[in-house]
Order: sequence, then C-alpha cells, then structure tokens
Amino acid sequence: MSVEHHEVHRHPAPTSFIRKYIFSIDHKVIGIQYILLALAAVAVGMVMSLLMRLNLSWPGTSWPILETLFPTGAPGGVMSPEFYLSLVTMHGTIMVFFVLTTAPQGGFGNYFLPIQIGAEDMAFPTLNMLSFWVTLVGFIVILLAIFVEGNQGLAQMLTGLGPSFVGGSGTVGPIGGWTGYAPLSALGKIAGPGQGAGMNLWVISIAIFCVGSLLGALNFITTLLNMRTKGMSLMRMPLTCWAWFTTAVLALLSFPVLLGGGILLLLDRVANTSFFIPSGLYVSGVLSGTQNFPLHTGGSPILWQHLFWFFGHPEVYIAILPGMGATSHILATFARKPVFGYRAMVFAIFAIGLLGFFVWGHHMFISGMSPYSAIAFSVLTLSIGVPSAVKTFNWIGTLWGGRIRFTTAMLFALGFVSLFVAGGITGLILGQSSLDLAMHDTYIVVAHFHLVMGVASIFGMFAALYFWFPKMFGRFMSESLGRIHFWLTFVGVYTIFVPMHIMGIVGMPRRYSSFAEYNFLASLHPLVVLVTVAAVITISAQVLFYFNVIWSMFKGKKADDNPWEATTLEWTTATPPPHDNFAGVLPVVYHGPYEFAVPGAAKDYVMQTDIDTEVPSGNGHNGHKH
Amino acid sequence: MATMVTSTRPVIKKGAGGGPSLPGPNGNGSKRKGGFPDPDSRSNRYRIGMWVGLASIAMMFTSLSSAYIVRYASANDWLPLAVPRAMFVSTALIVISSITIELARRKLKRSFQDAYRRYLLFTVLLGLAFLVSQLISWRQLARQGIYLASNPHSSFFYLLTGAHAVHLFGGLLALAFLWLRWRREVSGSALIAKRQATTDAVTIYWHFMDGLWIYLFLLLFLWR
Amino acid sequence: MGRVLAVIIWIITLLSVLLFVSGKWWFPTAISDHAPALDRQFMITILVVGLSFTAAQIGLGWMVWKYRDTGKSGDRAIYTHGSNRLEMVWTVITAIVFIALGVMGQSVWASLRLHDAPPGSYSVEVVAQQFQWNFHYAGRDNKFGRTDPKLIDDSALNFVGLDSSDASAADDAVTTALAIPVNRPVELRLRSKDVIHNFWVPQLRFKQDLVPGMEIKVHFTANKVGKYELACAELCGQLHFKMKSYMLVLPEEEIQALQVLPQDQFQAKMAELLAKYPLPTY
Repeated sequence: MSVEHHEVHRHPAPTSFIRKYIFSIDHKVIGIQYILLALAAVAVGMVMSLLMRLNLSWPGTSWPILETLFPTGAPGGVMSPEFYLSLVTMHGTIMVFFVLTTAPQGGFGNYFLPIQIGAEDMAFPTLNMLSFWVTLVGFIVILLAIFVEGNQGLAQMLTGLGPSFVGGSGTVGPIGGWTGYAPLSALGKIAGPGQGAGMNLWVISIAIFCVGSLLGALNFITTLLNMRTKGMSLMRMPLTCWAWFTTAVLALLSFPVLLGGGILLLLDRVANTSFFIPSGLYVSGVLSGTQNFPLHTGGSPILWQHLFWFFGHPEVYIAILPGMGATSHILATFARKPVFGYRAMVFAIFAIGLLGFFVWGHHMFISGMSPYSAIAFSVLTLSIGVPSAVKTFNWIGTLWGGRIRFTTAMLFALGFVSLFVAGGITGLILGQSSLDLAMHDTYIVVAHFHLVMGVASIFGMFAALYFWFPKMFGRFMSESLGRIHFWLTFVGVYTIFVPMHIMGIVGMPRRYSSFAEYNFLASLHPLVVLVTVAAVITISAQVLFYFNVIWSMFKGKKADDNPWEATTLEWTTATPPPHDNFAGVLPVVYHGPYEFAVPGAAKDYVMQTDIDTEVPSGNGHNGHKH
Repeated sequence: MATMVTSTRPVIKKGAGGGPSLPGPNGNGSKRKGGFPDPDSRSNRYRIGMWVGLASIAMMFTSLSSAYIVRYASANDWLPLAVPRAMFVSTALIVISSITIELARRKLKRSFQDAYRRYLLFTVLLGLAFLVSQLISWRQLARQGIYLASNPHSSFFYLLTGAHAVHLFGGLLALAFLWLRWRREVSGSALIAKRQATTDAVTIYWHFMDGLWIYLFLLLFLWR
Repeated sequence: MGRVLAVIIWIITLLSVLLFVSGKWWFPTAISDHAPALDRQFMITILVVGLSFTAAQIGLGWMVWKYRDTGKSGDRAIYTHGSNRLEMVWTVITAIVFIALGVMGQSVWASLRLHDAPPGSYSVEVVAQQFQWNFHYAGRDNKFGRTDPKLIDDSALNFVGLDSSDASAADDAVTTALAIPVNRPVELRLRSKDVIHNFWVPQLRFKQDLVPGMEIKVHFTANKVGKYELACAELCGQLHFKMKSYMLVLPEEEIQALQVLPQDQFQAKMAELLAKYPLPTY
C-alpha cells in the first residue's frame, strides 16, 4: 500500500512562488487564474457596454472624459459611429470568449472537476497550465487589437509583421461584430475604419483562444474518463461534472472548425487569397484588381458564416451548460433534496449538446442559403426547446417539497432558473424561419441571447462563486453584500432586457450607433433611456461584487470543511484543499451525489464517501443486499 | 477494507443499521482493490488523450475539407494543379514510417529496447525526409509561378499540406522526445506502463498523420 | 427571504406581461400580403411563450414561497429522486407543442421562399454598397440593361455598372429610392458591390441579405400605398446606421407613368413622389 501511496503524489507540492502561483500545474491554481482572467475581462466588457448605452441614449452628447480616454474614438468627447461599432465588436468578443468560455469551464471546471471525481489533479497538468497561458496570450492580443490603430507606439512594434499589420492610422479597434462576417472582415483597410491591423489581431486572438480551449477540452475529457476514483461511476457523478464533460466535448468538436475558418480568414486578409472574397467587388471607389485593391475571385461569403456558426451555436451551450450544472448542484444542496430526475438531467444535457451541432443554420435563414435547409434547421431548433424545458421542470421539481435555505448562492441559482426560462423561451420565436423575416438582427435577438447565454450563465457563475468560495479560499463571501448584489442585479437585468424585446418587435436594428435617422424608432426613446438607467445601476452593483470578492479573501468569516452540509467529494477534503486534493488518500464513493433527506439517516445529508449509511436503492447507487 | 478507505475527514459512522453498501461500479481510474489508482489503467490516459486530441484535429481538417468542397463548387476560377512529382516520394516515405513506428511499438512491448530505439530513429529520419520532400514539392510549384494566392486550388494545396506538415512536425518532436527521454533503462511497473502508453499514443498519432496525408493527397488530386 | 423572492419574481413577471400587452409599442402596421399570416403566427407563438414564461415564474415563486426552510429541527425535505412518468409526460407535451409550433412557423416562409416570383411580377435590381442603396429599373422595354462590375464608377454616378453600349440599357433608370406597385408581386434581384447588407422594411415583415458575389431573387406583394423607411439590417461598416432609403408603394398608374420616364426625369419624378407621400405616423 505504501508504494501505491506514493504514486498519488505524482508531483510534489511546489515551494517557489513562481511555480506555486504563476506557472503552476495545480488545477486549483489554474482554475483561480482563469477566474481572475474572467473577472478582469468582464470588467472591460462591462465598461464597454456602459459606454454603448450612454451613446445610444444621448447620442451626440459631449463627454469630455471620453476624449481624454479615447482621443481617436471620441474626438471632442462625442463618440464616433466607428468607435461605437468597435465597442460592439470588442464587447461581444471579450464577453463570449474571455468571460463566458473561461470562467465556467476553465475556472470552476478546472478547480472542481478533479476534486468532484476524486482525482489528485487533471490528467495532463502541464497541458492544463499551457491552456491557461495560451488563453491569456489570446486576451493580450485582443487588447492590442483595440489600440493598434489608435496608438502610434504600439503600431511601431507590429510593423515588422507585414504591410497588413501596419496600424497607427488614428482610428479605432476592429469592427465586425463578434461574428466578423466576411467580406467586411476579410477585405482589409479598404473597407473602412476598423478593418486594418486591429482586425488581423482580432482573428489571431481568436485562433489563439481556440488552441487554448482545445488543450483544455482534451484535458477535461481525458480526466473524466480516466481519473475517476473507486466507486465514482458515471451515474454517481455530480451534474456539474456531466455539464463540464459535455461542454468539453462541444468545445473539442466546435473550436477546430472556428480555427479552420479563422486561418482562411487571416489568409484572405494577409495573403490575398479568395476563400471568402468574391469577384467583381467595388469597395470605397476602387475595383478589385486595380490600384491598391488586390484581385479577388470566386470566394464565398456564406462559407464563413457556415464555419463560424457551426462553432458559434455550440459555443452558446459551452457558455451555459456549466451554469446549468452548477445550478442543479446548488439547488439540490440548499433545497436539502436530491436532484429531481437525475438521469433525465443527464440525458437533457446530452440532448442539448448533440442537437446544438445541427441547428447552426438558424442564424442564417436570411443569409441567402437554401430556403429548404432553413426549414430543417428551424424545426430542429425548436426541438432543442424540449430538453431545455425538461431541465426547467426538473429544477422546479427539485425545489418541490424541499427545505430551501436562502443563501446568496441559492438566490443566484434560483435567479438562473428564472432568467434561463425568460431568455430561452423566446428562442421559440427566433427559431421560426417565418418570424425571423421580421425579427432577424433586431433587439429581440439582443435581448434573447443576452438573457440566456449572457446573464443566465453569469448568474450560474455568481452562484458557483458564492457557493465554492469558502472551499477555495477558506472564507465565506459576505452574505449581506451578496444579497444586495443579488437583488440589484436580478431586478436590474430584467429591467435592461425585457424592454429590449419590445424594441425588437417594433423593429429596432442592432449594431446601430444612433436611431435618430428613423422615424419608426422615435417612440422607443423612453425605453432606450430606461434601459440605460437600469444598466448604470446594475453595473454599479457589480462594484459591490468585486469589493466582496477581494474583501472576503482576506477578511471573510472563516469556513470549515463542509460549511453548506453538502454531499460531494470536494466537501470531504480540507479547506482549502491540499496540493493533491486528498492528502495522499483518494476517497472511495458509495453513494450518488445528492443524497439529502435520506429517511433513517442520522443527518439530512449523506456524503458520497459515507460508508455506513444505507440509502434506498435506485438512482445512482447500488442497491444493498441483505 | 473499510479501514483502508478513509478520506481526510472522518467518515460519518452513524448508519441506520445494516452493513456498508457495496462500493458499486468502479470509476475507470481504479480497477484494483482500495482507493488507489492502478498504474495500468492510469497510464491509459495517454491513449485516451491522444484519441480525444485526434478527434479535434480531425474536426479541423473536416472543416477545411468542407471549405474546399464548397469553394470548389462556388468557383469559376478553379485551376487544378498537376501532382508535384515529389509528392509521390512523400507518400511512400510516410507509409514506410508508419511501418517502422509500428515495429518500434511492438519491440517495446516485448522489451527489445535496442530495436525499439533503432526503429524510433528510423521513423524520425523518415519523418524528416517527408518534410524535406514536401518542401521540394512546394519549391517545384513555386518555380512554376504557383503561389498561395494564385488560385483556389493552389490556396488549398498550400494550406492543407502546410497544416499537415505543422502537425507532423509536432509528431516529430514527440518522437524525438521519446528517443531522447528513454535512452536510459526504466524499472518499476508504473514507469514501464507509462513508457508503453506514451509510445502507443505517439504511434497512434503517427498513423493518423499517415492516414491524414493519404486522405489529403486523394482530396487534393482526385477532387479537382 | 423565500417570500420576498417569490413576490419579486411575481412582480417582475406581472410587469413584463403588462409591458407586452400594453399595446403602447408593437409592430408597425403591416403592408404586405404575407404579413397578416406572419403576425398571426407571431401572436400564437408569443401566447405560448407568454404562458410558459408566466407559468414557470409563478411555479418557481410558489416553490420558493412554500418550501422555504422554516428552521424546525428534524424537519426534512421529501426524499425522492424523481418520477419517470412525470418526465415522460412533460417531455412528450413540450415536444408536441414546440415541434408543432416549429412546423407551423414554416408556412409563411414556404409560401414566400420556396418558389420563384409569379409571372407578371414587377422586377427591380437592388445593388447595395457601403451606406447607399441603388435601385435599377428596367424602363420602358422591361429589360434590364447589362451591368458589369468593371464599369462601376461612383464618381461618374454609374453606381451599378450599367453598360451604356447595351441597347436595353438606354431606357433604364437608377435611383437611390425604391418604387414598387401596390397589389402586384414584386421581384427584387439583390446584389452587393462590397460587403453584406440587408434589405429591411419593417412594415413589409421582410428581410434578406444582399451578398456580394451572389444575385438573390426574392419576392413579396405590398398592399398599401405610401412611403416607408428602408434600413440596412446587417452590419456593413462605419455608417451602417445611416444606410437609409425609402420604399414607395405606388398605385399601378403612377408606377406605369414612372417606368417609362428616362433617367433624369425618372429621378425628378421620384423626388416629387417622395415629397408627395408622408411617412406613416407611429
């Protein structure tokens, strides 16, 4: 036994600061690094959304501070249309990639998946470290993309990369939306501001991000398949693990497609190929093949959309599945009740993941693709609502008959359910090809995806952080601050996004820096201002959250090993967990993950490792024999 | 057994009568008794990880292939290339290298260390020769004035062969790593299992690169 | 806390529903033949959406109200792992409702997009470019003159690349606003010179991308005379928000009179008509 004992210590705990906290191969440290990255990225993204809202509500107003901060984007303190569009682009890209893909999976998944399955680390710790650092490089490149055209010093540094990387034109960051539709994104400087060096860096950043995510996904899948401890059968895994696993599979199969597309796009931009650029273009007064506009022939703009959305739709589920897992986990813990329909939940996660690969065309109904394929995509899209509804029913079923403890984590998990329903249900409208004729690219789309993949996912992450913070840092986050944070945010996001549905029905197009040109939008102005006021309040409330995180790390109330009286493996080990998670002895699992309120048990929860307590048969654990 | 199986927290022992429930089905990581990883199944991670990684590489080449097919259909500017001579040599080299690496793997399994290293070295050399041969075919085309942006077929030709070469170069690094790392003898069941598993993983990768090349070769020169 | 949360959820639900049923903001009045069916499908869908939303939120609120922990010691939750029968019931019901909705949601699409424009349609070529719409009319001979990207010259006002050496081009007109007949099918041939744009008239309930390198033919029938705003609904660059034009739906005789005018008179007449018709009040 002692021999085997040593094998658990595959790598000894590092002692130097750099190996321990910077270039660490400990999945827990890497998880926290991902969370910190997401916290930094989300702050940037939020400030961008604030600037956009201010511009939409009071266009043309001069904000002297803007000129100080962004001399090229807001000359005279008035936001230029191209600056607005570059904010749209960067807000979307940063939020989708560096927040919604990093925190739920790279952050919480990294930290808790190995512990929850009873492993001492990820399968490939060094690869894990690499995946974080690659992702961080991607983030730095996307920040460079914002400034390369406006900042002369930065532009100087990049000139060596070739003519298309020459920045410093005194304009703004990339413009293309987070979808970067070709040929706008492929043509280069000739297509206007925001299409120069910044756009190259945008593509490169996303390609780098793809590589980082792929390394992470490979690690997650292998870890889950290979590293489960004794007794941890698949159907005894917490639903969080199922969610992270499915997310990893989605990432593994969808990111390579975006990477392929990104390479083609970059070649179109820097090497004058014609993958996405058709012939006979006449841009900014210049015909393709004359003057400084290279000759392009025969490319297909729609090809980019197919490649992008083949990735883009699964990406939506990459963002939200971990939130679903965390919500199921937290609902059961604080309702003191087993998850209702564990198996159905697992199948629903899988169904959502699988169907997610066959519905990308619903983003492209009116793109010029075959109207027949639109019908197939449309009906498949509506059928994704079925597993989503099953999940909702089961969440409510989990609460039914519970003894709900309203911690901040629980409030956010309940908020997740509410927001997931509110945001997801409008997919029934947008998924119909007929209705898309009216709804495409209006604010109802903005409302739909912000509620469901943005805010709901973030609520899942808030819930996860309030829930696991004591385990990660040994201290609770402040519950009082947490509650204020919850109430303001919950009411705030509804006030922001419900009116946007109405704007969409009226026909307000997205990605407009001003609506002043159009009479039919004039009546919406009060709603636009209402949304902005709500956004300002909601964003201000996040300052409380940041304060709470930092303050609680050092001054929060001390937590013991299992403060929430939860059942899964992370609560069997010390707080915070030792370097190899279980201090050299891996746990053995005897029960399903959510054995709360077991009749006859001494306490109202039975931990997965609890050997002496009997649990009635069925659902994720073996029956006992007499 | 119960004494062996303790977690860092004391297990709650206030069961409502009856003995312990059965441990139930194993996680993959531990087929042996007790809560400890079994080196054989643990080292499986290298094989599993390799298959998972190959799935993503396959997806990327699938996306590029579908782009190829869509672009082929949408084009009126497609000028098919002739097969550069050197590519037949490349193909032969990589097929042979697949055989040598398979021999290396089998030699290792039967613990013939010297033969193992010899075949590894052959494979590295064949891989290098493949890359050189690819480079020569690029040069052949460039001499004819056919570059990346010349026409869609040449764009895809350079892109696909280039992407394959990059991946194959990664395989070469892994081979070199195997060769350098284990010139020394190893002992202990865990290390032996690990060495076999990593060799298996690299072999799988190398065969995949071989198959991928043949696929790309057929795609590029039959579908034109 | 449970009761507060329940009440807040219910208030949010109530206010959201009120905002939708208030009628203060809704679709602009429809002017196309397919729009009533589309609006009806929208109403059916939003009814399903609204009911599901309300039911789920009320149910969620009810659960947190009723099953809050009252702190009684020894009081435990109900021990259940779920019910296969319930799972079957709600899976089947939602599948039927959602997929039925999805199938119904194809009818307008199918009626518009699965066949070509009917014979006798009024055709206009639409050529979008960054921040400007160009509409190319066939003129008296009902034949579009040949166009070629190589002949495009914005500075000489040849925005669509019309080949003046082509006989059928002589009577063609190009303007920056769209005029179409009322109650007659209209076929648009959509092209773009540079990047992707999108043809969007809210009253038509109609959108279509204009993709460079493709000519996309779409058709619809407008049934109400008037002037309507035309917007671009696909991000096309810096001044995307200003890429605006108008669509005039004209009585048949006015469109006939317009159609036979040569280019310069055509444009003058167009300006006159744009001034004549007011925008709808919203």
